[in-house]
Amino acid sequence: MLTGRMKFREQLDLTLKVNGREHSISLDARVTLLDALREYLGLTGTKKGCNFGECGACTVHLDGRRVNACLVLAAAAAGREITTIEGLADEKGMQHPVQQAFVDQDAFQCGFCSPGQIMSAVACIAEGHTRSDAEIREWMSGNICRCAAYPQIVAAVRQAAGD
Amino acid sequence: MQGFTYARAAVVSEALAAGREPGTAFLAGGTELLNWMRLEIAAPARILDITHLSGLDAIETLPDGGLRIGALARLNDVALAPAVVARVPVLSQAILSAASAQIRNLATIGGNLLQKTRCPYFRAEEMLPCNKKRPGSGCAARDGLNDRHAIFGWSDICVATHPSDPAVALAALDAAVITACGAGGRRIPINEFYLPPDAGQDRNSVLEQGELITAIEIPGSAPCSIYIKIRERESYEYATVSVALALDLDVWRRIARARVALGSVAARPWRLTAAEQALAGLEPGAAAITAAVESGFAEARPLAHNAYKIALGRNLVLRAIRLVAEMTP
Amino acid sequence: MNTVGQRFARPDGRIKVTGAARYTADFDRPDKLHAVLVTAPAAGQLTSLDTEEAAHGPGVIRILTQADLPQFTAVPVPLMFSLPPMRNDTIRFEGQPVAMVLAETLEQAEAAAHRVRVTIAPAEVKSPGQSNPRPPVSDSGYIFAAVDAAKGDLAAGFSQATHRIAAEYAQPSRHHNAMEPHATLAWWEGEDLVVHDATQWTAGTRQMLAKALGLPPERVRVMCPHTGGGFGSKAFPKWHTLFAAAAARVSGRPVKLVLSRAQMYTMTGYQPLTRHRIELGATPDGGLTALHYDSVNVTSSTEDFVESATQAGRAMYAVPALETHERVEEITAGAPTPLRAPGGGASGMWALESAMDELAYTLGMDPLELRLRNHAEVDPVSGKPWSSKNLLEAYALGAERFGWHRRPAQAERDGDWMVGWGMASATMGSFRLPAAARVSLRADGTALLESSFNDIGTGVFTIFSQLVGDALGLPPDRVEIRNGDSTLPEACGTFCSASAMCVGAALLDACRQIRASLGEGDPLALLRWLGRESEAALGRFSPGEGVQLEIDGGASPNAMRTWGAVFVEVGVDRALGLLRLRRMLGSYSVGRVLNPRTTKSQLIGAMIWGWGMAAMEASIFEPRLGRFLSKNLVGVPLPVNADIPAVDAVWVDELDEVASPIGGKGVGEIGVVGVAPAVANAVFHATGLRIRELPILPEKLLAEE
Ligand SMILES: Cc1cc2nc3c(=O)[nH]c(=O)nc-3n(C[C@H](O)[C@H](O)[C@H](O)COP(=O)(O)OP(=O)(O)OC[C@H]3O[C@@H](n4cnc5c(N)ncnc54)[C@H](O)[C@@H]3O)c2cc1C
Ligand code: SF4
Ligand code: FES
Ligand code: FES
Repeated sequence: MLTGRMKFREQLDLTLKVNGREHSISLDARVTLLDALREYLGLTGTKKGCNFGECGACTVHLDGRRVNACLVLAAAAAGREITTIEGLADEKGMQHPVQQAFVDQDAFQCGFCSPGQIMSAVACIAEGHTRSDAEIREWMSGNICRCAAYPQIVAAVRQAAGD
Repeated sequence: MQGFTYARAAVVSEALAAGREPGTAFLAGGTELLNWMRLEIAAPARILDITHLSGLDAIETLPDGGLRIGALARLNDVALAPAVVARVPVLSQAILSAASAQIRNLATIGGNLLQKTRCPYFRAEEMLPCNKKRPGSGCAARDGLNDRHAIFGWSDICVATHPSDPAVALAALDAAVITACGAGGRRIPINEFYLPPDAGQDRNSVLEQGELITAIEIPGSAPCSIYIKIRERESYEYATVSVALALDLDVWRRIARARVALGSVAARPWRLTAAEQALAGLEPGAAAITAAVESGFAEARPLAHNAYKIALGRNLVLRAIRLVAEMTP
Repeated sequence: MNTVGQRFARPDGRIKVTGAARYTADFDRPDKLHAVLVTAPAAGQLTSLDTEEAAHGPGVIRILTQADLPQFTAVPVPLMFSLPPMRNDTIRFEGQPVAMVLAETLEQAEAAAHRVRVTIAPAEVKSPGQSNPRPPVSDSGYIFAAVDAAKGDLAAGFSQATHRIAAEYAQPSRHHNAMEPHATLAWWEGEDLVVHDATQWTAGTRQMLAKALGLPPERVRVMCPHTGGGFGSKAFPKWHTLFAAAAARVSGRPVKLVLSRAQMYTMTGYQPLTRHRIELGATPDGGLTALHYDSVNVTSSTEDFVESATQAGRAMYAVPALETHERVEEITAGAPTPLRAPGGGASGMWALESAMDELAYTLGMDPLELRLRNHAEVDPVSGKPWSSKNLLEAYALGAERFGWHRRPAQAERDGDWMVGWGMASATMGSFRLPAAARVSLRADGTALLESSFNDIGTGVFTIFSQLVGDALGLPPDRVEIRNGDSTLPEACGTFCSASAMCVGAALLDACRQIRASLGEGDPLALLRWLGRESEAALGRFSPGEGVQLEIDGGASPNAMRTWGAVFVEVGVDRALGLLRLRRMLGSYSVGRVLNPRTTKSQLIGAMIWGWGMAAMEASIFEPRLGRFLSKNLVGVPLPVNADIPAVDAVWVDELDEVASPIGGKGVGEIGVVGVAPAVANAVFHATGLRIRELPILPEKLLAEE
């Protein structure tokens, strides 16, 4: 669609594949993936904490890898698989084991960073970076929690990784 | 962000043709470019997404034992590639110390080399006196809060440092930047890639408009190498000062060749050439090591608030030598 | 049934881990406009404001400047910062709003905001240390307790002392940096104003808006079910909320305004830079004879914010003679505001507990021993007994768990690391405010709690459902909660660690009334037996007749504070300038713990704040440009997960029904207190280097390899 013809456009007709559903929308080229989710698709589970890649609150999965949605243009994400916090539960609506672990371990307070932490944690476990608490801490350091639930977050990742 | 147009390039020739036009910026991971546009550091009229160019993200071994890393390879993929871990651990360590897991999934190795300084005056939301952001407006850091600025090679025009971690490792490894452009392309040794700080606003490197980095080549390997990064928080932070060291020991465990680069001390990764020469032939534990390392700092010129970087840099190099020597069988 | 004291999971857990919990910026309104504020690049006189080009940008509906805003009625400090901006051309500080862009999309509004040209004739910049400290004006609005205190004969105290130390300590300005940005979504329904606002105090936002806009409070509705952290920055309402409401009126459309991270650095307050001078005198057995403590905090030219840095220090130890003073010093910045553990909890105790460590070394005494020796059985200044204080037990428990008695006289080496141990005492003031809550017991076996309190993550949903459940004989998961809406019974703000105590007391009052009206027995059974659908009551709590805010038990026969002790082990690698946490334990005396799980989370989180304060956080003021140098999360590092290897919090059994019928006192802030000095003291133990200025950066630790 966008490839090949090399037409530079300011307004783009895009297909965003979010949580298994295709959304066709027309967007200004400036719209980031984060704003596309929040402002145009109504998926507000993904949070904006800084808009500069400095906090991790906007973490989503792009083709299965965790990324900061505020650093990705929606246009660049078109055609890729996007997964947000809203897409983690299974078809029957059962919470993902990482979500359950966050509740079990009290791994949040205000909850604002939690969607980002959880998306990051799911990826951290899939990547296999859970061989020790120190490794979990390092690989979970891209998500700032100002409430500082860090020890509980590590416990939640450890719990979910062991499941 | 001001408005721009967007397109995706499918093949290199297409990218090169479009990229030549002034006002066009390549988009790789976007982790720098988007922030530049937010801060008005750059305002390209056209964004050309190059992430769909095929074959530019491969990591291959070269016949001489070296490595060729495609410019679009994502940082995490480079750092975790078995060949990188085994042959050039210093690069793997440098990358894993950079940014966060999420950013490293987006950021490319090519884009990383082209990031701009973290000078807080430059990165301010407002236009402050900064020659790099607005040529001729002055340098607020020169006589301002410059504790995180350069000790080597600065000029009154700009005293900023280059913030990349991978670039420091690549500098110690004598890597080369391979480019393509309309006229063919070139091979630029990384230690000639960056321009002095008083080069023009948009000119941090020798790259020309529309010139595409296609790969990074690392000659040979450096299994005895290390990257150490100092910062106040343990992760997800730029370096205060960092060191990349690649050591070759001879059969008598003397230093046959030391390659040392410091990060966050200059507008480019700073090779301590004088120290490297003085280190050759010494045993890593010898008392003379200290003087040899210190010789690399003879040309350091601290600013009002950053003389500590000389002491820290010196200690870092000494530590790196000791640790690599201890690790080396 | 009694669930209080049990590890009952948060009822808000599910919505918070699924992304379903809605914070202010997550709400939407059809046809809304996006607003972006334009701010001044420097203090001075606004000489021109050119909106011409910006106004022609695509999607731009309007650019509001002074002329477009109504004359707001003055709102008294601290309900809002003084000087609503956009009223005249005087710019008091960098970052002061001068215009507001309204556009159809966020992208359009942001782009246009960049195109507004603001020209300032700059004023001379006053930076920290340039003006003479002076007493704050007495009606500054921020003086909640006397700024000066004196007791006994100070000169005599010092002359009795065989050992004296005098030293100065400093702490930089710090920002709250809650993860959720400040945000407002406002619209009008006829003459009624409806607002979603990111706040710690729903009722306060309503009060402010009603006052400023000259509306009866019933015409203003403020909603905020969840707040993404506040730490004080969202305690008092801020200007942008008023601007959003005004913009909605002027444009006739709903307006959504979300501050950028950078704007939060200049418009929503910060903890001011403080300097402290402390002089201590003691006898050879460690008994304090005199304490002389002066503190200075920076403030803006618009108002005298007082950090109240000496308040904690003067309540901490039994000292026969003391004199303390609090002074302010103007700088060219926006106004400060309370930040987690104000009243000297974070700032003042940093200084006092560093000084106590210095004294312990001067005396050749164990630092913990010195604290025990000076334990205060009654409030040193007022002489009133404490409502509860089990600090001696907390010291003992903490010391035992940490293994303090094994502390080596000389620090030990672990590879390249010198390992140091340090400790400090902690105390935090107690704030009590009026609050109301309505509880309804329903025949279907559920109860409903309604109160305007805010959820900032302290775990109030959890403990309130426990309290209601226990009082009415229901499992806590049968308690439905409606909160964060100004149409509900009015709660105090969720700040000063006060809401659990005060709203908790109000809801217990409501439950008591329900039981009283139903008669002796199981309330639900009685309700059903009476054939009633529901029984409701409005409960209230007040710290005293007509008292709007009571501090440290000031209106009561007892003095009230919380207490604790912090023990820290750090590693210092001086050659590389590195300071790293190895383990940290806090031990507390804080009244009854209603839920161990949420309490521990709060205490641990606050202790990590203390680590940030000790090791990295600083909002540096650029003296020539008159601005905070970095207004982001890269130039100002906050702790990340990798910084925190091992933290734990413990507490002693305690019940304080004088402070609150719930038996507990606040736990939200005390965890911050004492950490920074304990860290600096551990650094001294490790290296012999006394750091008197925070944060403890690599360049301060550096020594030859
Ligand atoms: C919060 C944060 C923390 C960070 N911390 C660190 C850190 O600690 N250490 C560190 O090293 N880095 C750090 N970074 C920087 C990060 O590594 C860089 O942003 C990233 O590597 C840039 O790569 P990119 O692919 O995203 O570049 P882009 O943003 O896509 O591009 C950057 C520039 O390079 C140009 N470009 C990109 N690819 C090519 C190519 N192949 N040929 C020619 N031109 C090209 C683009 O046109 C643009 O001008 C951090 C970034 C953030 C946001
Ligand atoms: S050091 Fe360079 S980047 Fe920083 S203010 Fe000076 S000119 Fe600008
Ligand atoms: S909002 Fe994307 S990293 Fe903070
Ligand atoms: S839970 Fe509040 S920021 Fe993490």
